[in-house]
Amino acid sequence: MSVVTVQLGQCGNQVGQELFDIICSDAQEGQRKTYSAASCERFFHQTAQGDLVARALLVDMEPKVINRSMSMAAKSGRWSYGASSHFSQKQGSGNNWANGYCVHGPCHRDAVEELVRREVERCDRLAGLIAMMSVAGGTGSGVGTYVTQCLRDIYPSSFILNHLTWPYGTGEVIVQNYNSVLTLAHLYQLSDAILVHENDTVHRICSRLLNIKHISFSDVNRVIAHQLGSILQPALTADSHGAYSRNPLGEKGQTLLTPAVVDRRLHTHGELVSALACHPEYKLLSLCTIPQMASSSIAYSTFSWPGLLKHLRQMLISNTKMEEGIDWQVRPPADSGRSRSLTGGSFNTSLANLLILRGKDVYSAETGGIDDPALYTSWLPSKEAFSLWKSPVPFNKYEKSATLVSNSQALLRPLDDMVGKVWNMFASRAYVHQYIKFGISEEDFLDSFTSLEQVISSYSQLC
Amino acid sequence: MTQSVVVQVGQCGNQAGCRFWDLALREHAHVNKRGLYDEALNSFFRNVDSRKSDGAEFAVGGRIQHLKARAVLVDMEEGVVNQILQGPLREVFDSTQLLTDVSGSGNNWAVGNMTYGSAYREKIVDKLRKAAEQCDCLQCFFLIHSMGGGTGSGLGTRVLSLLEEEFPEVCRVVTSIYPSGEDDVITSPYNSVLAMNKLTEHADCVLLVENQSLVDIVNKIKVMSHGTKPGLNIKRNSAVTSGQGGLSGAEKPFDAMNNIVANLLLNITSSARFEGSLNMDLNEIAMNLVPFPRLHYLVPSLTPLYTLADINVPTRRLRPSLPFVSWNQEGWKTSLCSVPPVGHSHSLLALANNTCVKPTFMELRERFTKLYRKKAHLHHYLHVEGMEQSFFSEAIASLNSLIEEYHHLDATKARLTPDAPRLSIAR
Repeated sequence: MSVVTVQLGQCGNQVGQELFDIICSDAQEGQRKTYSAASCERFFHQTAQGDLVARALLVDMEPKVINRSMSMAAKSGRWSYGASSHFSQKQGSGNNWANGYCVHGPCHRDAVEELVRREVERCDRLAGLIAMMSVAGGTGSGVGTYVTQCLRDIYPSSFILNHLTWPYGTGEVIVQNYNSVLTLAHLYQLSDAILVHENDTVHRICSRLLNIKHISFSDVNRVIAHQLGSILQPALTADSHGAYSRNPLGEKGQTLLTPAVVDRRLHTHGELVSALACHPEYKLLSLCTIPQMASSSIAYSTFSWPGLLKHLRQMLISNTKMEEGIDWQVRPPADSGRSRSLTGGSFNTSLANLLILRGKDVYSAETGGIDDPALYTSWLPSKEAFSLWKSPVPFNKYEKSATLVSNSQALLRPLDDMVGKVWNMFASRAYVHQYIKFGISEEDFLDSFTSLEQVISSYSQLC
Repeated sequence: MTQSVVVQVGQCGNQAGCRFWDLALREHAHVNKRGLYDEALNSFFRNVDSRKSDGAEFAVGGRIQHLKARAVLVDMEEGVVNQILQGPLREVFDSTQLLTDVSGSGNNWAVGNMTYGSAYREKIVDKLRKAAEQCDCLQCFFLIHSMGGGTGSGLGTRVLSLLEEEFPEVCRVVTSIYPSGEDDVITSPYNSVLAMNKLTEHADCVLLVENQSLVDIVNKIKVMSHGTKPGLNIKRNSAVTSGQGGLSGAEKPFDAMNNIVANLLLNITSSARFEGSLNMDLNEIAMNLVPFPRLHYLVPSLTPLYTLADINVPTRRLRPSLPFVSWNQEGWKTSLCSVPPVGHSHSLLALANNTCVKPTFMELRERFTKLYRKKAHLHHYLHVEGMEQSFFSEAIASLNSLIEEYHHLDATKARLTPDAPRLSIAR
């Protein structure tokens, strides 16, 4: 089963290139032939000469980043992008969501759709589509949203996962909050699941865990790629019978769960999208990986599954993405004390979790208490809420590693902050004239704010 | 890759402009070791075959044959442009890019804007159009001029409104040199205020450069270079004010100051020309730094001004200890470019939309009012055909309201503005 990735804008293209790089070297290093074959089939197609070409499109409104990504891929010697699998223009979107969504998107719709179609036709079976982009700029956010809409129109029954990079809170782009809010509000209607990385969080990982002194965007991108690779690479579920052919994104034809439907379901599968993003109001996913350390230290460290999982569980509950500085005081509340407020208590309630274990002795690893019902909201039975995948193949040089994909309150605070700031800026109507001149109205802003307030409300009510 | 066209008007505009071309060539020569005509060069230069009379152009990728600047040079007296054409930069411009007259504007905005503006309207539009047509994807017009004189100020702002009329989609970034208090042109306040009205109306953003600041910077560098501070070893000739390594030889007065302006332009466009991990196009400047259409006056700052021989660059992220408006607490737009300027390992350009421009505008208003109260020199302006007293009153009214708008923003500084009300969702 194959996944087609659409890389949008500077961030999407830079992260995407690192992702394919990690996947390729992991696949080629993997000691199990079935694993390597499954991974290659999923993300690459092979030319007649046996070269690996990524199942990806590179889209940007200016050419510099695409050129760089394509040449870096070719330089690796192990894989490359398709020579014509890219689309660019001469002039960017000017950090303006409306320019991307209303002008560039429709203008280049046909060309981009053609590229997508070509790539999808090269797949024997399409597992789904991943769109990678940032939300702060103009192309990734605006054109990315428009392209997601097109993908949804052309492939109504395929899974679409959007991977979003949220900008540093202290600002890379001044209008980033407008761009982010407009993007999220629209994607919530179009996407099946929205997987988020925050630059601030990844930056902390680079500085505290990886001990990098001068952190560049490549360092940040490589951490994101590592985390993404650890969930997208092949793994085995309880009922896959040793075959890696499962669709990592979801089962076709599975109905999306609502609390009413849950009771009627006969069996559960651990699928990334369909189990995690099981309710249309809850689509935000975040990632947690353990261990993360400087590559020079990996050889000198040993890990045990119970140890790793204990830390991972506490990272989930206390909503931290690093195994350092974990707050061990945070505990699941007793049944009667479930709080409903945004700020009350620092306990992170989960809707659903997917745990992925990779490496040595993986079959002996237990769930580490991450399937404890106390961690989950009450209206979803924990059997539905928790899924486990395993792979005996160590990932990216770590002898043992565990990744948790969560649909939980983890993103609630950053989202709430973002929406708060956006209301403040909108109240003074600052920069609004820049968006209006490209075709959106003040109503559109207000609609987006409303949708996100709804999302915030839903997540904060989880208990 | 996009292209930009530089339009230099008047004596100051042309002198600063030429420093820009000189330094641009130096920068590209430093970076481009293989002599290929690449995308970066393409943004400011054409590559022509000088043997052919129609000046056929070569596409990106081939060897450099003959570089021609994407520029239009306008001046109402011939001295400055002639000097350029006799100097080492003569090869970089061809005659079709020039527009000159003989007698100058007499330091009179009205003459520049109305008399010459009308007389040369067709020719100007023609030359601009030609320059634009030679671009694959024109992103931005850079206008360089001074505010205090007659041509740069008057004709320059007329060119600005023509740019808006003829090329509304293309960004207009204006570098305006404001006169210092001791400017030797008595009527510079009139010229500046009349020009400002046009800038507020027609520019997308204005890079506000005060002559006084340039003088201060140059003096400071001189002090540092010749200073006896122990342990501080300044590399000579790597100052921002140095044209070392460029085409022009010995330095003339104003050269150091014009170099700073030239460096400013080089830095702003660096991210669009070279690669980096967080690119910034020119249209992103206007997008991020202009929250309200009229408040588009930006204050540029450049560092380092000179290179220390032993360098230790702290790489802390900029701490926001500056007071920001309540609705834009983290109003930072960042861009990272991997190619440093010549002679430096790092450099930083900051563009601020800051209420600190208010005092500058208030001083200007004061100097204007001193003259206008007495109607001094007014007759020179009113005698020009097309000029009326209402221009003056409109211009000062526009300046007043601009100052008022900045004042309003300043006033919010001390007050704690409550957060905007949120939507509460009923459950």
